[in-house]
Amino acid sequence: MSQSLSSIARFSASDLFKGKGQPGGRVAPFVVILLAVTVLASAANLLLPESSPFYVSTYTITLLGKYLSYAMLALAVDVIWGYCGILSLGHGAFFALGGYAMGVYLMRQIGDRGVYGHPELPDFMVFLDWSELPWYWLGMDQFWFAMLMVLAVPGLLAYIFGWLAFRSRVTGVYLSIMTQALTYALLLAFFRNEMGFGGNNGLTDFKDILGFDLQSDTTRVALFAITALMLALTFITSHWIMQSRLGKVVVAIRDGEARARFLGYRTDNFKVWLFVYSAMIAAIAGALYVPQVGIINPGEFSPINSIEIVIWVAVGGRGTLIGAIVGALLVNYAKTRFTAIMPDGWLFALGALFVLVTLFLPKGLVGVFSQLTERWFLMRNRSQVKNSSAEESDKPLSTGAQASAGVQTKEASV
Amino acid sequence: MKRYLALCCCVLGLLLNPALNPAFAEADQPHSVTSTEPSPEAVVGRSPKVQMLLIELTEKSLNKAVPVLEKLEQSGGEAMLPLFRTMLGGNLYFIKASRQVVALVETASGDAFADVFTGQALPDVAKKQTKKIRVNNRLRGYLRDAIARIQLSSSDPFAREKAVRNLLSELDQPTIEAIQSARVNEPNTAVQEMMDLALAMHKLTNAALAVDQLEAIEALSGSLESEVRNLLARVSESENYEPAVNKAAASALVKIQDKVEFYAFIDQLFFGLSLGSVLLLAAIGLAITFGVMGVINMAHGEMIMLGAYTTYVVQLMLPNHIEYSLWLAIPLAFIVSGLMGVLIERGVIRFLHGRPLETLLATFGISLILQQLVRTIFSPLNRQVASPEWMSGSIEINPVLSLTLNRLYILAFALLVFFLLQLILKKTSLGLNVRAVSQNRNMARAMGVRSDWVDAMTFGLGSGIAGIAGVALSQLTNVGPNLGQAYIIDSFMVVVFGGVGNLLGTLVAAFSLGIANKFLEPVTGAVLASILVLVFIILFIQKRPKGLFPQKGRAAE
Repeated sequence: MSQSLSSIARFSASDLFKGKGQPGGRVAPFVVILLAVTVLASAANLLLPESSPFYVSTYTITLLGKYLSYAMLALAVDVIWGYCGILSLGHGAFFALGGYAMGVYLMRQIGDRGVYGHPELPDFMVFLDWSELPWYWLGMDQFWFAMLMVLAVPGLLAYIFGWLAFRSRVTGVYLSIMTQALTYALLLAFFRNEMGFGGNNGLTDFKDILGFDLQSDTTRVALFAITALMLALTFITSHWIMQSRLGKVVVAIRDGEARARFLGYRTDNFKVWLFVYSAMIAAIAGALYVPQVGIINPGEFSPINSIEIVIWVAVGGRGTLIGAIVGALLVNYAKTRFTAIMPDGWLFALGALFVLVTLFLPKGLVGVFSQLTERWFLMRNRSQVKNSSAEESDKPLSTGAQASAGVQTKEASV
Repeated sequence: MKRYLALCCCVLGLLLNPALNPAFAEADQPHSVTSTEPSPEAVVGRSPKVQMLLIELTEKSLNKAVPVLEKLEQSGGEAMLPLFRTMLGGNLYFIKASRQVVALVETASGDAFADVFTGQALPDVAKKQTKKIRVNNRLRGYLRDAIARIQLSSSDPFAREKAVRNLLSELDQPTIEAIQSARVNEPNTAVQEMMDLALAMHKLTNAALAVDQLEAIEALSGSLESEVRNLLARVSESENYEPAVNKAAASALVKIQDKVEFYAFIDQLFFGLSLGSVLLLAAIGLAITFGVMGVINMAHGEMIMLGAYTTYVVQLMLPNHIEYSLWLAIPLAFIVSGLMGVLIERGVIRFLHGRPLETLLATFGISLILQQLVRTIFSPLNRQVASPEWMSGSIEINPVLSLTLNRLYILAFALLVFFLLQLILKKTSLGLNVRAVSQNRNMARAMGVRSDWVDAMTFGLGSGIAGIAGVALSQLTNVGPNLGQAYIIDSFMVVVFGGVGNLLGTLVAAFSLGIANKFLEPVTGAVLASILVLVFIILFIQKRPKGLFPQKGRAAE
């Protein structure tokens, strides 16, 4: 046991910075690039005058912040879809729930500055003739409590859903449709005014967060920087988890759940906790998204949003973490450009993307990239090392096979 | 299962019985006189006496109009019905110069005038030249009674029954006498019963002896007319009656309430079955592609949408043949959606065989493309599809229960499609091949089944059925690009709930979900009802992951 523990520690510590031979294994370069871009963009916004050619507008900063929170969401989906084979078509629900928790906090910060000027109730409650706050709004004016709820509510929902679904071995397509039904049910529920979350209009018109004005440049830059930091953090954590022994078991479950179960692993426990972890990342992404875009409404629950996340991951390449992030950034950038040039064309393009990626790019852009580099390495090294080619060929499936082969020898008490 | 079938049969029996008398539904539409030959109304309307009276009517003030109307009623009889109806509706005008009375009719291009008796349009008359003949509440009351009295002597039994029913609210002595005299010669039992009801009501209010009153209550109990209920409620609380009568009235009222509740239950059941039939139509194509072939087709909703748009286009092409448009639309929708299905199968799904999650994503992309295509071609706005005449209207079974015809037809249509599909799968060689391939692809191929061809045909069949569902749905809702999306999740729920690969399961699941939804709705509200149903299915799948009727044996894996 102690041996296996130390092997986890050694593995993770070394792999964080080397990670060679694993798909998307290089964490450090990406994190460095991400943080460098963040610092540069922030500095360019705050320090340079608007006339400077290198000035980055606050609009761009907010847009980048939005993309990064989407990237986090894609990361959350990749963790369970890419590594555990659970295709969730309802991750938008966790994102939106996190967003709503943040939105409720921001609503409470408005105080008496609303249109109706009520000291406590938000405008829509005054409009609906409510006399007091519903119980679930209480305490949400405290930042720490609201942040706790950002994690707790989606986490709990994911736990209950996962516990119910995985324990009775609902898998594959059935599970996907169940998750879609989950987000659809929440969509319907949040559209109701009686739900107490602003109904159709959602929550908007936020003023400030922790006393800082949401409209000011510094707050926006700070939010963007926090998003980038959180993305880096979740990326490193997810990478660490996936390289650890836990991650190996997860991949083993993806590649042969029955086999992993027969080896003595409680596969449903692994799946439930990974699902909760993933839901919480999505929730954090949602909580970071809402103050930057300034609105949260039930539309975020719509099934198509959740499916769009999946396509980001598929475009980037699933089971690589970095692919999810790259995919989310690229697709969303394309979406912004596309909808500006020809608004009607976007859905055609998105639809075509779905079809083409699944047909021709099953491993996504990262897969193509690593194939190309691999070929390049091969050509260069062919004369020098003959045997290395076998180990260089890195495919998610082969790592899974390695992992499941690896766990066979270990004891079954994870 | 048997219980389900029994329930369905009961309800169907109930529905079909009154369906034999469609005239019920049409009885309350005014007679439209369009024939070229002068109708009896027109002849009487031109008689000099009536003409005199009509001119008199235009000159009298409101209060003095009743005697004129009485005279008109006596001399004109049944021919005066259109006049009285127009007047009751406040649409009776007269031309200032000639003092000729005319009817105001609303047409598509605005208000126009027509002859009161013949319905012939009078294009020369402008609104400026006319003056309205005003009516007040007293006149309206009189007119209503007069219309009822005239109808009592009508030759149409349904008109007579309706007339008696209209009289129930105001049973004064002359009316009762009229009913009594009409009762003697009445040949139709339904009308007789209605008349007896009126007489019993009169007896209850006017008889002096408690025995007579009790007898009247006896006759009244079981009737669903709202007037009877009101009267019994009044009697049960009134102090003018003996306690025994009060009590009898109260118990009769309870009995009637029970009956009303029963019919309300039937009504809900009908709406549940109707929703169930819609779900069945939407899901049954999916039950083939997903259930039998194991292919997740997220573009299934768009196949429904294509069918609905086909109906729209057919009606657009043949604006003068709305009556027959559906008969043309059904095969066309099948072909359009079916071809699209074959195209999708050959172009995309074939390459993703055995990778269900990828299939899901690719077909989702196709659904986005199809939606946007329709948006670009037809505009993102909803389109209205007309219902043919024979599908509109409703069957009135009794005063508290009436069933709308279009829902009834769609219910029947859904069942028809279901049984046809069963027949195809069980009795044709295509069905045999489909089942063989779905059970064991490799073995079927070894036996010489062209599995590629079977896949394409199965997918085309499932998609074609979805197109037919679109035709039916276009009769219930607006046709828009999002039509399919609204049904896709529900359809999947139905198929998953019923058990994959089992058409009968789909049938049972669709109807039970529809009925459950409609019974929850009054308690919880529509949105919460659908949420509860979704949650229920999620929990149900935990318990029985393979649905209500799981496939047995190795094929289930």
